[in-house]
Amino acid sequence: MTDPILEVREITKSFGGLKASNTISLDLRSGEIHALIGPNGAGKSTLIKQITGSLKPDSGSVHFNGQDVSHLSTAARAQLGMGRTFQISSLAMDYTVLQNAVLGALGHRGNIFRFFNNVMKDTGLLATAENALEQVGLQDFRAIRTADLSHGQRRQLEVAIALTLEPKAFLMDEPMAGLGADGSRHMIGFLNSLRQKAPILLVEHDMDAVFALADRISVLVYGEIIATGDAAEIRSNPQVREAYLGEEDAA
Amino acid sequence: MNKETTLNIVLMTILVAVPVLAWMSDEPFLVTLATRAVIFAIAGVGLNFALGFGGLVSFGHAAFFGLGGYAMGILAFHAQTYTPMMEWPFVIEGTKAMPIIWLVAIIVSALVALAIGMLSLRTSGAYFIMITLAFAQMFYYFAISWPAYGGEDGLSIYVRNEFPGLNTMDPIQYFSICYVLLLLVLFIVHRAAHSSFGLMLRAAKQNEERVQAVGQVPNRLYLIAFTISGAITGLAGALFADLNRFVSPTMFSWHTSGEIMVFVILGGLGRVFGPVAGAALYILLEHSLGGLSAYWHIYLGAILLGVVIFARGGLYGLIAGREVAHD
Amino acid sequence: MSFVLLAEQTLNGLQFGVMLFLMAAGLTLIFGVMGLINLAHGSLYMIGAFAAAATAAATGSFVLALGASLVAAAIAGVIVEVTVIRRLYDRDHLDQVLATFALILIFSEGTRWIFGSFPLFLDTPDYLSGTVSLPFGVQYSLYRLTLIIAGLLVAVGLFWMIAKTRIGIRIRAGENDREMIAALGVDISRLYTLIFALGAALAGLAGALIGAIQSVQVGMGEPVLILAFVVIVVGGIGSIKGALVGAILIGLTDTLGRFLLPKLFALVLEPAQAASVGSSLASMSIYILMAAVLVFRPKGLFGDS
Repeated sequence: MTDPILEVREITKSFGGLKASNTISLDLRSGEIHALIGPNGAGKSTLIKQITGSLKPDSGSVHFNGQDVSHLSTAARAQLGMGRTFQISSLAMDYTVLQNAVLGALGHRGNIFRFFNNVMKDTGLLATAENALEQVGLQDFRAIRTADLSHGQRRQLEVAIALTLEPKAFLMDEPMAGLGADGSRHMIGFLNSLRQKAPILLVEHDMDAVFALADRISVLVYGEIIATGDAAEIRSNPQVREAYLGEEDAA
Repeated sequence: MNKETTLNIVLMTILVAVPVLAWMSDEPFLVTLATRAVIFAIAGVGLNFALGFGGLVSFGHAAFFGLGGYAMGILAFHAQTYTPMMEWPFVIEGTKAMPIIWLVAIIVSALVALAIGMLSLRTSGAYFIMITLAFAQMFYYFAISWPAYGGEDGLSIYVRNEFPGLNTMDPIQYFSICYVLLLLVLFIVHRAAHSSFGLMLRAAKQNEERVQAVGQVPNRLYLIAFTISGAITGLAGALFADLNRFVSPTMFSWHTSGEIMVFVILGGLGRVFGPVAGAALYILLEHSLGGLSAYWHIYLGAILLGVVIFARGGLYGLIAGREVAHD
Repeated sequence: MSFVLLAEQTLNGLQFGVMLFLMAAGLTLIFGVMGLINLAHGSLYMIGAFAAAATAAATGSFVLALGASLVAAAIAGVIVEVTVIRRLYDRDHLDQVLATFALILIFSEGTRWIFGSFPLFLDTPDYLSGTVSLPFGVQYSLYRLTLIIAGLLVAVGLFWMIAKTRIGIRIRAGENDREMIAALGVDISRLYTLIFALGAALAGLAGALIGAIQSVQVGMGEPVLILAFVVIVVGGIGSIKGALVGAILIGLTDTLGRFLLPKLFALVLEPAQAASVGSSLASMSIYILMAAVLVFRPKGLFGDS
């Protein structure tokens, strides 16, 4: 078995008396989609923040591509190849769709301290950006102002920007949210093919998508991972049924 | 051609037509007024680079305006008194040559902006505003208490500095110099706004998290934007001091910082030509309302209040609408 | 340099700091609770001073003058809060800065229009003039000593109000969660007006108290406002304790810097040069202090990091 691309080792994070992450360990291997599920308030977002570097764990470490990245900034981790999409779309809202995609390509290429080029005429960046937009199905919206996109389209743009980063792993926080049935089906097909390019750590509420896509599933409840396994194992795990699926049914 | 481009052209044409007509009809005062507008425009374009493109609310740009002014004042003072600025370890003489003065003004302002930026960017939001304001005030009090260059009374220069091949004491010739410099600054800022750096900087203003997620550090962008911004406003300060042949601590005052900000807001935040419209409008208001009442700042305050509360895009927002995307 | 002189300068620094606290406390409360950065706070200081000077001239009573400063500044505060400031709570800091800058222009020119450009004078009352003898042979101005005591009493009162009273509890709740407090049925917009008026009254009082030492004139508020900003940056935004410690630190640094630095340079330089270098450096001392705090504690001494 190859070394995992991403490895979280015994991360703990408390807010006051509340343990949002309790000695969480988790890994992501090449070629796989690893879904992270759990009821609201289980600490999924807190965990993602600690992986991407916007929140510092109290203890434990994060390793990426064979390197301890625990002390690196968000930007440095992105440079190393963490391609992240946000739960609540985080885009440059006054830019066009294409400008947002070019922004991703530029961030990845680096060399941003150029003051006299016309960045929107840079054929290399444009090619990367257009290609990413095409993959998520936004090619016809490139000239639209991002603030005018629907929520679902903003999710697609998030994914497109992540693609321009040519990441070594994707961290996707609810990419299906707000997509609608057609959009979801398209996104599932797309993510399915994406895992060949880079593995995906997928936080998702859409259970159909999770069971259709995930090679492995980890279940997070009250800051702890109570089970990790393939779809069948998770479905039949009594603890999961009680703690998670039970609650889901009740809701 | 979109509305914004049309407005840019109309604006720049008026700005050159008024003083030329005034010069032909022998009204040197109007030429000087137009020169003031052009110089204020340069100061505003400088602030806009940090404020409009980077979202850095600097209430301390008077520091750079004043530094530019004193760079001119000190160099010219030593030249006119034939005293060297420094004798040890090597001799530095004063100068009356505008290009050298501009260069010194730009470099000094940029270095100070870099230092102030490094300190103030450790914080953000309201802290940033207060700290930039405080540092400008520091220069103000320093200029007052440092007696070598006039202290509170300021420093007068007998003859305007020299530019090769031109008579700078002729108002229309000095206007031309300032106008060409404005065009040059606008060209540079326009290119920078659409460059790799500009795309990333304006993205950071909208959403820092996004910039970090694509692997870049917002604070580095801000620091460079703040430095460039300070340098441009410093150049304007040197030109302003040369226009008046006088420099005083007033250039450092918090009121100056506020005025530069008003140029940007009246015109339209984040529009390359916005501060030009704002500065022209300001001079127009000062001239017309100032004639109407000695207390014209009341009206200015009321107008500013109206713009902030009801017309946030300034003149450009009213006439040209929302900024058109550049593809 | 004698001990007596140093003691006197230290007391002057303390007096200056305590007055800065009156300004900074209002600013930091308004920022902490409403998230508003208010440049026009200096105008409220000025309004308090003018109201006091006008009242004293008309009635001859210093106590009435102080009362007038509180009332006038509070009323001015309520008027601007209701007409302008209220629209700014949800705006970004840039809009707040610009709108309150516009208010300064209106207030300053309005005051100039009413009272003219010449400074007014507010005299300290007879019963507070002269000096008192303190231990160790220190003679100190009774009025300034009164300022120190009055300022410290206000500080104690503020701490008590915030810690113990119902309005204080609401202020603290408002700092934490605006929606929560609204959900509890507290009239949030009235609370905000009240806090703004309280901050304004403190600024007005400071203006009147200082007006009796310096002259009362248009533009007197802004230098103090900027110093109050330095106080807040040093102390940490939103913290009353930070405002008190920061104010006294700034007051002492500024006063003692002006007193000691020229003497310090006189040890190595010739007198004229020492005076000029020393006073120039002293004028920068508080900003250097601010820069140092920024390097080590960017959120201020008492800010939440």
